[in-house]
Amino acid sequence: MSTWTETAGFEAPPDGDAFLSVRDLRVRFSTEDGTVHAVDGISFDLARGRTLGIVGESGSGKSVTGLSVLGLHDPRTTEVTGRVLLDGQEVIGAREKTLERLRGDTVAMVFQDSLTALSPYHTVGEQIAEPYRKHKGASRREARRRAIEMLDRVGIPNPRLRVDDHPHQFSGGMRQRAMIAMALVCDPDLLIADEPTTALDVTVQAQILDLLKDLQQEFGSAIVLITHDLGVVAETADDVLVMYAGRVVERGPAAEVLRSPRHPYTRGLLGSVPRLDGDVEEDLVPIPGFPPNLLDPPTGCAFHPRCAFVGEVGGTRCVDERPTPPAGRGAACHLTADRRRVLFAEQTDEQAAEQAAEQTEPRPR
Amino acid sequence: MLRFLMRRTLGAVVILLIISACTFFLFYAIPRDPALLHCGKTCDPESLEIIRRNLGLDKPLTEQYWAYMAGIFTGRDFAVGPCPAPCFGYSFASNEPVWGTILDRLPTTVSLALGGAVVFLLLGLGAGMLAAWRRGGFVDKFLSSVSLVLSSLQIYFVGPLAIALLVYQLDLFRQPEYVPITSSPVDWFAGLLIPWVVLSLIFTAQYTRMSRSTLIEQLGEDHVRAARAKGLSGRTVFFRYAWRGSLIPIVTIFGIDLGALFGGAMVTEFTFTLPGLGRLAVDSVLDTDLPMLMGVMLFAATMIVLFNILVDAVYALIDPRVRLS
Repeated sequence: MSTWTETAGFEAPPDGDAFLSVRDLRVRFSTEDGTVHAVDGISFDLARGRTLGIVGESGSGKSVTGLSVLGLHDPRTTEVTGRVLLDGQEVIGAREKTLERLRGDTVAMVFQDSLTALSPYHTVGEQIAEPYRKHKGASRREARRRAIEMLDRVGIPNPRLRVDDHPHQFSGGMRQRAMIAMALVCDPDLLIADEPTTALDVTVQAQILDLLKDLQQEFGSAIVLITHDLGVVAETADDVLVMYAGRVVERGPAAEVLRSPRHPYTRGLLGSVPRLDGDVEEDLVPIPGFPPNLLDPPTGCAFHPRCAFVGEVGGTRCVDERPTPPAGRGAACHLTADRRRVLFAEQTDEQAAEQAAEQTEPRPR
Repeated sequence: MLRFLMRRTLGAVVILLIISACTFFLFYAIPRDPALLHCGKTCDPESLEIIRRNLGLDKPLTEQYWAYMAGIFTGRDFAVGPCPAPCFGYSFASNEPVWGTILDRLPTTVSLALGGAVVFLLLGLGAGMLAAWRRGGFVDKFLSSVSLVLSSLQIYFVGPLAIALLVYQLDLFRQPEYVPITSSPVDWFAGLLIPWVVLSLIFTAQYTRMSRSTLIEQLGEDHVRAARAKGLSGRTVFFRYAWRGSLIPIVTIFGIDLGALFGGAMVTEFTFTLPGLGRLAVDSVLDTDLPMLMGVMLFAATMIVLFNILVDAVYALIDPRVRLS
């Protein structure tokens, strides 16, 4: 591999070609215990027809980022700053009427838990037809026809009959399909899928991801895929953004990030996921420590309390100074890219040696 | 649906049997002899014995209970006259048939309950919705404080105050009285206006707080957020999604409250001297009037049980996940 080149500091003006441009987005919730810095200055661009995966543990701010794009935060408890440009339209601070026009039409959202995200009181058909009537001015009849068409497109058998069912009469996989149908009914240019497959079993998960890919090819929509599942990212995303404590720690093309992570955190994430093509005997390496408390996030680099390489950086830089977030392919780390490459390689050798030693010695009983 | 009704009716019968037995046997724990009261000042052992026999008090307790319960379905014959089913006996105090007296008093109680329910539902749910819509704002805080004050009031305090102020001082309202709606709807309305409002005060406060809190809870539901993500307006989401879900706890409490009110609003009826079932119940205890007490208790219990079954049926209308089987 050639030397890692990294571009730092996302100060570029919003990209004219991008459909979605986010700049220095910050989201703070005021709670009884204090202020939660859920998203702490993130920036990214997304073009039509592309899929961006946002990866991180729960509480890393990925879902909050998704909701910000739709302007769905309650202004009474949430402070949102920065810029979110949706097809040139500023979302942050926009009037509610403007947002209502965008939501469901230009940008739609698929939620994680279809059981709670669909209303138990209305039929699946009503819920799919509703945004179509609102945004396209369709009649009740047209909207119903459209709902049946959408159910058919997402692969619900007997859509003519199932359109009048209530969500609880659907299986989990079917409900998720219905929710995708609901999100896509107005052909949105941008789809935000928040853990769309987390609640589903693996076979259904694959079907749903294929469905999203097919629909994207058909409509040329942009997709933001929010997930903690690196397998899902490998499967679907073009680019990936790794978030930690509300900040971007690494970004780049999905295949590259997964193959050769550059941030110790991303590396840790990959080490804690079993690989199908890996050695069965190879131990999973969990990231030590706990996710940060966002009421009182660590100073400097938010990952420093859990990072194995803090000692490699001179002085207390990791504790005092916040690393620059990457602009292109790269990671937010005080170590130079080359130094990290060397350290990662050493760590891999050590782990391999340890495992080899364990395999030869009898395991302690 | 049929199975649901059958199962619930069976349960209701069991509950009513338990209540009837408790009332009946507890009555004899009262250290007063109804026959002695009936006998009056010129009582001698002989006439006491006759009265005792006439009232059926000479038989063993279980036999009396059985005769009473059987009479409800088959009717009975008493010394004072025949008593066709449903026979709850004759009052010890007035010698009037119990069932006839209950039917006499029922229109007052029903008028009071229904009128009051309309007032507290409209005001309570309205104020609750307004507070939830403006949650955290001035209107919310104002309504929450008002409802807190209201819920700490007492009817026997507010009632006389209202009469003194609105009737005697300002001469705005009619002195509370019950006029049957069939004889004069206007007088019926005017006579019950103050009792309705006073009865509703505490309920209004309760319903305001309950509908506010359930609405706010519903507004935080995932499906409400998902509805907003579809681009529906705040108002549509509020009424079509959040409000619908908030109805379930409200319907539950409302069923219990209305059932209880149909059994008589004792304090309100006493405060405004309205001849309803609540007054009848209190009087029958004070008069040691077993048949009347049994009659009123069973009637009130039946109302509560009935409204509870009704509530469960309404659930199925509100929430399609509930199936009555």
